[in-house]
Amino acid sequence: MNQMTNSPMIELRNVSKWYGQFQVLTDCSTQVSKGEVIVVCGPSGSGKSTLIKCVNGLEAFQQGEVIVKGISVGDPKTALPKLRAHVGMVFQHFELFPHMTITDNLCIGQIKVLGRSKDEAQQKAAKLLDRVGLKAQAHKHPGQLSGGQQQRVAIARALCMDPICMLFDEPTSALDPEMINEVLDVMVELAKEGMTMMCVSHEMGFARKVAHRVIFMDQGRIVEDATKEDFFGTPRSERAQLFLSKILSH
Amino acid sequence: MNYHWNWGIFLEQVKGGDETYLDWLLTGFGWTVAVSLSAWVIALTLGILFGLLRTVPSKALVALATAWVELFRNIPLLVQMFLWFFVVPELLPADWGLWVKQELPAKEFFTATICLGLFTSSRVAEQVRAGIQALPRGQLMAGLAMGLTLPQTYRYVLLPTALRMVVPPLTSEFMNVFKNSSVAFAIGVMELTFQARQMQEDSEQGIETFLAVTLLYFICAFTANRIMAVIETRTRIPGTIAGQH
Ligand SMILES: Nc1ncnc2c1ncn2[C@@H]1O[C@H](COP(=O)(O)OP(=O)(O)O)[C@@H](O)[C@H]1O
Ligand SMILES: [Mg+2]
Repeated sequence: MNQMTNSPMIELRNVSKWYGQFQVLTDCSTQVSKGEVIVVCGPSGSGKSTLIKCVNGLEAFQQGEVIVKGISVGDPKTALPKLRAHVGMVFQHFELFPHMTITDNLCIGQIKVLGRSKDEAQQKAAKLLDRVGLKAQAHKHPGQLSGGQQQRVAIARALCMDPICMLFDEPTSALDPEMINEVLDVMVELAKEGMTMMCVSHEMGFARKVAHRVIFMDQGRIVEDATKEDFFGTPRSERAQLFLSKILSH
Repeated sequence: MNYHWNWGIFLEQVKGGDETYLDWLLTGFGWTVAVSLSAWVIALTLGILFGLLRTVPSKALVALATAWVELFRNIPLLVQMFLWFFVVPELLPADWGLWVKQELPAKEFFTATICLGLFTSSRVAEQVRAGIQALPRGQLMAGLAMGLTLPQTYRYVLLPTALRMVVPPLTSEFMNVFKNSSVAFAIGVMELTFQARQMQEDSEQGIETFLAVTLLYFICAFTANRIMAVIETRTRIPGTIAGQH
């Protein structure tokens, strides 16, 4: 994969964040280049969701800098809605809008944020639904779909906005085991097409298949930031070794 | 008991007039419906506005909305009626106050409507706030993450689901508006309760009078209940537990 260029798509510089007295993130730094796929793992409560939400400014941080395609997320002058329009995000619990049909879920952002016409938005929606294998469900409401289907819709919804990168926050951890693969397949395909991706996930099979780098977090710190080969071959920190042995054993 | 029943009283003419008692009650019914529906429009508009303001990130707006709710919720409705009618015109700039007192047409009606509307808005606001806060936080995140602004996220994502959730509690508020409108008689609105008292004194047939009035209030509240039930069914989301067919 040679799409990587020198200027990173996403850059975190010494990001620290507190909830009151409690420090959630401590001095987190990393970079994601264009076309790179990063998997972020670590124990529950280690700050993975918080870190990924700093990237599109859904969580504010008190110290450090987050830069997405040259734009500083923490700068009060930055128009966050404009930036977020091109940073796709997929959540653990899908977060489709329950009162809208699947098509409307895919169109709302295109129409209200990107200013596309209804026709144009619906065409794009149909194309992306087809791509995730859900064309037949277009007229249904989210509550009428399985979890796996909803998550594929959520990915399609993000892709409708022509994102420059995608953020995933444990996209498969709320799914029944038999539905995990249908979602991972879509993500693998995306990765292979060269999408820049930052994925919080414990799916190590996925990481082995498409990740370029793996980040391991513990207690709000990035403890390990290694290439996939190094991470699975010889994780340096004891914590990462322990964590890996735990999640790989089941 | 020597009560002399007379169900024909409604068709008799009132003393010294050419209307029947039924005309009195129907006029009262008309004013009750007018006050209640106008107050409900005010209550829904301001209730939704202040309810959602209580959930926004801005501390100043939250404080403003909270003050609004507490102000109208913590004073008895009857006292509020008197405050709006007797006190507020005195607090206005002199010529405005004079205009309200002397020239505002149907000033009892306007005063009662505003008073009942604002009182009910604080109760609607509480329901709307609870509805928005009951939504998963991820819904707000998802709206913002796709680039919607905060107002757009409220408009297209949060309110549509939150308002559907609060239709049942709003049903009782809608019914309450009709029942509470009876307080308007205290400032001289010629609504149902006012007319009933007048008929009772005039005809001395109190039991028939108040049974008829009870029936008319019941019709109002029951109709309100049915309207809300239809709205609830019509807006039901397919695929939610209540909406499964
Ligand atoms: N709004 C909040 N207020 C206070 N503490 C929070 C809040 N959100 C998360 N936390 C805490 O921050 C830590 C990191 O949370 P999170 O980023 O969700 O971890 P992860 O995604 O790795 O499980 C946890 O200890 C959590 O309890
Ligand atoms: Mg998390």
